[in-house]
Amino acid sequence: MDPAKKRQIRLVVALSAAVLLAVALIYTSFNAANDAMEPSELLAAGPGTSFDVTGKVAAGSVENGDTLRFGITDRDGGRAVPVVYDGIVPDPFREGREVIVTGALNDQGVLVAEKDSLITKCPSKFAEEHGDDPNVIIEDG
Amino acid sequence: MSALGAAALAAALLTSIYTVVSALIGARTGDRRWVDSSRRAYYAVFGLLLVAVVALESAFLRSDFSLELVAGNSSTTTPTLYKATAMWGSQAGSLLLWAFVLSIAGSAVLYATRNRLRELAPWATAVMAGVATFFIGLMMAGTIFPSAETYPFAALAAAQVPLEGAGLNPLLRHPAMAIHPPMLYSGYVFFTVPFAFAIAALITRRVDASWIRSTRRFALIAWVFLSLGLALGARWSYSELGWGGYWAWDPVENAALLPWLTGTAFIHSIMVQERRGMLRVWNVSLIVVTFALSLLGTFLVRSGVLQSIHAFGESKVGPPLLVLIATVLIGSTLLIISRLDDLRSERRIDSLLSRESMFLLNNLLFIGLAVIVFWGTFFPLISEAFTGQESSLAAPWYNRYTTPVAIGLLFLAGVGPLVAWRRVDPAGLRRAFAVPLSVAAGAGVLLVAFADGLAEPFALALFVAGAFTLAAVGQELWRGTAARRALSGGSPLSAFTALITRNRRRYGGYIVHIGIALLLIGVAASSSFQTSRDLRLEPGDSGTVGDYSVTYVRPTSEIDPVEQKIAFGAIIDVRRDGEQVALLSPSREYFASSAADPSAPLRGFFEGEATSEVGRKEGAARDIWTAVQPDLSSFDPVIDRGDALFARLAKRVDPADEAAAGFIAAQQGQAIRSLADRYLNETPPAEIRFNVNPFVIWIWIGGIVAMLGALFALWPGAEARRRRVSDVYAAKLARELQRT
Repeated sequence: MDPAKKRQIRLVVALSAAVLLAVALIYTSFNAANDAMEPSELLAAGPGTSFDVTGKVAAGSVENGDTLRFGITDRDGGRAVPVVYDGIVPDPFREGREVIVTGALNDQGVLVAEKDSLITKCPSKFAEEHGDDPNVIIEDG
Repeated sequence: MSALGAAALAAALLTSIYTVVSALIGARTGDRRWVDSSRRAYYAVFGLLLVAVVALESAFLRSDFSLELVAGNSSTTTPTLYKATAMWGSQAGSLLLWAFVLSIAGSAVLYATRNRLRELAPWATAVMAGVATFFIGLMMAGTIFPSAETYPFAALAAAQVPLEGAGLNPLLRHPAMAIHPPMLYSGYVFFTVPFAFAIAALITRRVDASWIRSTRRFALIAWVFLSLGLALGARWSYSELGWGGYWAWDPVENAALLPWLTGTAFIHSIMVQERRGMLRVWNVSLIVVTFALSLLGTFLVRSGVLQSIHAFGESKVGPPLLVLIATVLIGSTLLIISRLDDLRSERRIDSLLSRESMFLLNNLLFIGLAVIVFWGTFFPLISEAFTGQESSLAAPWYNRYTTPVAIGLLFLAGVGPLVAWRRVDPAGLRRAFAVPLSVAAGAGVLLVAFADGLAEPFALALFVAGAFTLAAVGQELWRGTAARRALSGGSPLSAFTALITRNRRRYGGYIVHIGIALLLIGVAASSSFQTSRDLRLEPGDSGTVGDYSVTYVRPTSEIDPVEQKIAFGAIIDVRRDGEQVALLSPSREYFASSAADPSAPLRGFFEGEATSEVGRKEGAARDIWTAVQPDLSSFDPVIDRGDALFARLAKRVDPADEAAAGFIAAQQGQAIRSLADRYLNETPPAEIRFNVNPFVIWIWIGGIVAMLGALFALWPGAEARRRRVSDVYAAKLARELQRT
């Protein structure tokens, strides 16, 4: 075979491999991804399906015990959804912090979180504007 | 002092603008005076930024809270090391650091090439000074837009100056965290140098390998810094966060990994251009992408567009950074397209089994890896654009795609050194591959027979590939040493030293391959064969985790009045077959919240930051890792009673009465102490996570070996020193000739 033709074949093979990989990547990522929701959207979506829920830990809602229970609200407040969580609690976890937790609502309207799925946003010193709360010296990111 | 720093920063902006202008004039006219002037102006930018950095550092060390930055990120009780490093805990300080490191890197390369690359250097100066102008300008723009918080010397009005600063977040008080950000930044910044020279090469159409030869060390330095930054971040996560992992595929981690991947590809593919004159378009594209990804890393950390545990709050530097990234990408692409004719390869690949095609394959895998990570990182934005619903991908998705590619790359790390340039004959192939392949096969058989290797096929494949690569590199070193001894005699050690110092670049690279093989073996073992269990224990209780029996021996408590923290912990006895393996003392530290409600001083202790002090025993075969979380719910009534008491007390005394305030403070101290006693006497149960992580230590060892290998490779050898001397001589000669 002449070298030019050989190169062409090689190119076609390589390109089709790349395309196949790309399609697989796209296909699985849309399937494997968890939709991100705020607690109010989660309530609207109802029980059964698993979501990544992002929200704030409601004030006065944290109960430490055998499992961790807390309430999670939208970033700008609103109704708190109760959460039951088992597993590692990240160091920065506390009331008022923004957290991400993966899980589904059960029939009682409680968000049952997957084990070890709780993520707390890093409380970096890099502060945004310091809201209206005079007590808050450093706001969380 | 701060005024001096502010003045220096303003002067640096003007000087760097002058550098751009003079470098452009010098480049267009070819007038050496302009070129020399621009180079010296660039040195001056470095000097001015040095003054600014020193001024800001001194403000931090003196706890000068009249500066907003110091008041917001440091405090008098912050340990000195962290006072010094608090500068880059903020956005403005990070920007100053970015610009400062860029001025160091740029000055170094301009000094090194002052007598060489006469056509390229002025253009490269203009590019580097342009980037510097952007970042210094961003800082100075903060004087006009104070809410953007980019100006490091922003002063507080006299009435607003606090007595005490906000302090550095306790989580970040870790030596690895102190130097992790500057290492990452330096990694990002040093890629500016090869990028600038690539642009210069394109503009001047001098696209041979000379721009690569003068800047490849900077790419290697960038690689070392980025690797160190990534390793330190992983180490901090493992040893400081009560989580037990070292990598979470978090967007900000990925953002630092992306330029590392493309930069590693670049370091490999430039060898093909130097050696064979091929892959020119590829190389300039790679360095453009790497530089753009470095900027993107800076952008992601600061912009808050993606959900991340690192989210630093939304910042206003996002849009200008995006504009810069777009300018870099569009401008470079147009430039590359307009120079396609000059960039044509001198040669074609002769055979698929040659070192150059191995490099090409390695590059494709690295880029594939980068594409996977990029796609996953930006998937929330992509899915929102297509489906209107933001969704994110978790670690399993990343692992599924990155693991096979990593196996391929690890295998290539062994194949690459074995195959020759151009083409290999079958006999040479057999000679080169026989030993490494048998070692790999042997390792595979042993793992299947004795360790149930088939249960984790991906881990098995990684171990086999790792064994192959270690054997291949080992064989190359062995044969090289033997050949050298046959030539010139001497002891094996001296022959080995002579071998590797004669070709630092090649053997430094081999050392990096050894390090990466060790690292990936550690990753595979620790992620596939981890044993993890949560136990809820009271003092005296025992539990079993795998082969280990774990006993909660006794509680510990400690009060640190300086850092205002209280630590509750546990002494944990770990035994295997009745024999003590480790006595660990994990604890949880509670930091008094400075934002606490003053009428609830005790509650404030447990609502501030809390960090885990991990109890760990590292070993060559496995780490034993524990974190403890005391269940303090039984303390609540006591805390509430105490706080009610203090609230009543506080109402009755006059706040101005110092004696009474002192009395209350003393009582509060007493109350905290009695809480600590209560923890010891009426110890509540504790949640204890117990992990057995095999081979984790090899991740750190592998990382160190890889970085040492890269340092070894970039260290100037005897030949480079000779070349430098001859350059200086040539320049001198040229000047003399001009004069006559």
